[in-house]
Amino acid sequence: MRVIEISCFEVWREISNFIDGEVDAELRARMENHFKECTHCKAILDGTRNVVKLVGDGVEYEMPPGFSSRLQEKIKNK
Amino acid sequence: MSAPNFQVEKTEAELIALSCSGDRDAFYCLVQPCERGVFAAAMAILNNSADAEEVVQEAVMKALAALPRFRGEAKFSTWLIQITINEARLKRRKDRRHLYDSIDEQQTDEQGDAFPKDFADWREIPSEALQRKELREALKRALDSLAPKYREVLILRDIQHLSIQETAQVLNISEGNVKTRLLRARFQMRDALAPGFDGSWASGKTEYEKVRPW
Repeated sequence: MRVIEISCFEVWREISNFIDGEVDAELRARMENHFKECTHCKAILDGTRNVVKLVGDGVEYEMPPGFSSRLQEKIKNK
Repeated sequence: MSAPNFQVEKTEAELIALSCSGDRDAFYCLVQPCERGVFAAAMAILNNSADAEEVVQEAVMKALAALPRFRGEAKFSTWLIQITINEARLKRRKDRRHLYDSIDEQQTDEQGDAFPKDFADWREIPSEALQRKELREALKRALDSLAPKYREVLILRDIQHLSIQETAQVLNISEGNVKTRLLRARFQMRDALAPGFDGSWASGKTEYEKVRPW
């Protein structure tokens, strides 16, 4: 199957959607083909995927101590 | 202090019904699983834990008052996050320090294309590296450096794992806008984290080549 080429610009625009599985089958095929040929875009894909994973695993907001009990108190006392 | 165990068996609908008839314990059972999520959402906008806590409390009390009108079209948690984000934005508007942040900015469509800044062939940062305080701090700093409209989307999608539809609902923007802002947020995080991608957060050889197409 001959896959129509896609420009790097288009790839960058869709790369986030690609990571999330939000591109249709045709676009996905074109992008996968592009990643095979274009080391730059492949590097961006890998780097962006890595960032998504790090953000998902590594960002934790520290809840202030006593947050839950203060909230519970507020609810009870209304 | 955790909620009584027997409440755990009840469905969301049952808890809502109980809450509407004045059962405060039942209402806390609804809220408790959402605490981290709403706190993170408030922090996304306010970036200050005292303000975020205050806003969460206000949002929760507003949710309690509005609960009789909640029709269950969305999950309770999504609805609560939405209320929290609105409260946080109100607070930020009131805060004089942020006068320059136009609230209209939230609604504008994204124009133009997003360009990743360079084509560095980065070494992957393994998740184990997250043990290192420096990386966690760098992540936080990178997150702080984002404009609020990008930080919000990143937090809701990549940390809270809301769907695109839920994110659009919560932020009151189109799904297309969610996707474009997420792209920019991710690229900006990538750029902000770039200095460490040369391997300083992972053991092994450093390789950081900047390659520009022009």
